[in-house]
Amino acid sequence: MMTPHQGTAVYQNARIVDPTHGHDGVGTLIVIDGKIAAAGADALNQGVPDGAEVHDCTGLVIVPGLVDMRVFIGEPGGEHRETIASASAAAAAGGVTSLVMMPDTDPVIDDVALVEFVLRTARETAITRVFPAAAITKGLRGAEMTEIGILLDAGAVCFTDGHQTIANAAVMRNAMRYAKDFGAMIAHETQDADLSAGGVMNEGLFASWLGFPGIPREAEVLPLERDLRLAALTGANYHAAKISTAMSADAIRAAKDKGLAVSAGVSINHLSLNENDVGEYRTFFKLSPPLRHEDDRQAMIEALRDGTIDVVVSSHDPQDVDTKRLPFSESADGAVGVETLLAAGLRLVHNGDVTLSRLIETMSTTPARLLGIEAGTLQPGACADFTLLDIDMPWVLDANTLHSRSKNTAFEDARFTGRVMQTVVAGNRVYSA
Amino acid sequence: MSAQTDFPIFPHRHLLGMAGLSYPDIETLLDRADTDVDVSRQREKKKSVLRGRTQINLFFEASTRTQASFELAGKRLGADVMNMSVASSSVKKGETLIDTAMTLNAMRPDILIIRHSAAGAAALLSRKVGCSVINAGDGAHEHPTQALLDALTIRRAKGRLDGLTVAICGDILHSRVARSNIILLNTMGARVRVVGPSTLMPAAIAQMGVEVFTSMKEGLKDADVVMMLRLQRERMTQALVPSVREYFRHYGLDAAKLALARPDALVMHPGPMNRGVEIASEIADGPQSVIEEQVEMGVAMRMAIIEALLDPRKNESRAA
Repeated sequence: MMTPHQGTAVYQNARIVDPTHGHDGVGTLIVIDGKIAAAGADALNQGVPDGAEVHDCTGLVIVPGLVDMRVFIGEPGGEHRETIASASAAAAAGGVTSLVMMPDTDPVIDDVALVEFVLRTARETAITRVFPAAAITKGLRGAEMTEIGILLDAGAVCFTDGHQTIANAAVMRNAMRYAKDFGAMIAHETQDADLSAGGVMNEGLFASWLGFPGIPREAEVLPLERDLRLAALTGANYHAAKISTAMSADAIRAAKDKGLAVSAGVSINHLSLNENDVGEYRTFFKLSPPLRHEDDRQAMIEALRDGTIDVVVSSHDPQDVDTKRLPFSESADGAVGVETLLAAGLRLVHNGDVTLSRLIETMSTTPARLLGIEAGTLQPGACADFTLLDIDMPWVLDANTLHSRSKNTAFEDARFTGRVMQTVVAGNRVYSA
Repeated sequence: MSAQTDFPIFPHRHLLGMAGLSYPDIETLLDRADTDVDVSRQREKKKSVLRGRTQINLFFEASTRTQASFELAGKRLGADVMNMSVASSSVKKGETLIDTAMTLNAMRPDILIIRHSAAGAAALLSRKVGCSVINAGDGAHEHPTQALLDALTIRRAKGRLDGLTVAICGDILHSRVARSNIILLNTMGARVRVVGPSTLMPAAIAQMGVEVFTSMKEGLKDADVVMMLRLQRERMTQALVPSVREYFRHYGLDAAKLALARPDALVMHPGPMNRGVEIASEIADGPQSVIEEQVEMGVAMRMAIIEALLDPRKNESRAA
């Protein structure tokens, strides 16, 4: 699929939203040989080019294809949960044109051979762009650094230990220093293993009644604050991959105010759901970090609005019945989400929490910029990766229709307003509703 | 004796926890249990109301006392009782809880009694089987039959629950007995105190409808009932309490501390006791202790619960 579409295509009468230059208005998008040739109200000044396919997009919105910075996939090692092909099919159905695959595979993506495996498999089987993230430490064990330079050359777009938090501050410091020399980004999920030991949900009244060990918010913010101090010390390009608490947002805000080169991400789940959604021990809502209090969710929305949070991710994490059809405390963390990322995000737009342009910025433009990949824009010359939406279409999610091999969605039977109608990668239509 | 018809129908299919039970629900169960105490004290201790019915006790956690109590309760009602314990089950072979439930369900039991180390296990099971389910303890969540037998013991000794001050002391954090008792006692109008070190309290204890004390001296003052909880030895290795010696000195129930409660205060313990850890031997065996009565009430209470859940009138009213 990576062969760019040959020829000229014209998408007329669409509302075009491009956060890269603050554009939001009705116009035309012209694609020539898989690249964007023009976008905007006056794109058709020269008339429709000869021999062009013309698509009437009245009532639809065109946005840059989403860039999902945090997608967990089971290939290699857990293909029954998800393959690169099935994840990319799910991504395409969700309007995601580029995804960053986490290194939590078996074997771990901590070696150049694995990076090459992912890129080759993606080339042969994926319908979207797939970028590997490599591990910071070998085997995600938090001790020995990976070959950051070689991995970067091979195509790793950032470094992360996936679900693991590096407990050793010296290892973290050195990884940050070393990565900085290569201009590589360190993306880190922070959860103190001891403070959260045995914890299965957010610490609070709900967990207290259910008798579950809780995961306190401090388990997230303590290592985060350590990391932010190390980022100040080393000048590293540090990305707090998945924050979930108001106090973490405050810590990021303070670090940015000091001028540090740090950024932060949040999962769509933590913008959309709270701990009460766990309800009757619903394991599809067992996530890491855990769903928090409504006050934290509100703080995430505020941080998204004010620029403290830069990126929204799906944190797509396929789990099958073996790992989810268990008592709550024994079940695995994680929910699939790449396919519902945009639809759930549109709830925030319809609620008036953020503008469509801000949402697309955090789901496409900013992640592309942070990763240094060619995506997230509709400017002339860019790859023709974009998504057509009907932002007012009401629909109900049927988990059985998900393209992912695993159906552990936190949005089963959810009512959404706004749906992906088409996804285009390099000018090729890879999904059509 | 056809007492069955004298009681209101218990409007629940399962007993998964005290949460969701109303004042009249609880009162009905306690009234029924009073009659079952009489049955248990007869020479002929058997009723035939559940003749032909099958009860399966599914215990994933070892428990001699509770399992024996349920077994006896089922047998005194005339049911056929089967015990399945972890050691002899296929759970050890990797079968999941749900698979086990489906297998047992195919044997068409009328009632399943389950104990499991995971909170929510009974609720999960109840959604997968076609019979009534009783939660005999799920993780640190609930142990409703224990709370009910405690209430029965208190009501028979004090004549009421309403207005009594009950101090629940010790490891509240890990105690399903405490959670069920907090809910039941609040529903019935008692004043509930919890007493223990902060390290053994749930994070949000202040919002759980109880008065919180970290000192036994203050917490036991004028209490009508002192309910002690078992302290597991492993709490020491988890850095929750420093030593048995220190725990007993500050939180163990001895004569000096009990003297702060009302002179007629009841001393209770769900068992099994750690003598010299949370309770002194002379108190456990002393005149204020109702610990043995709790065991006796346990059988009657469980008879009443099983009877209420399998009340034949429920089917009649459905057919009508």
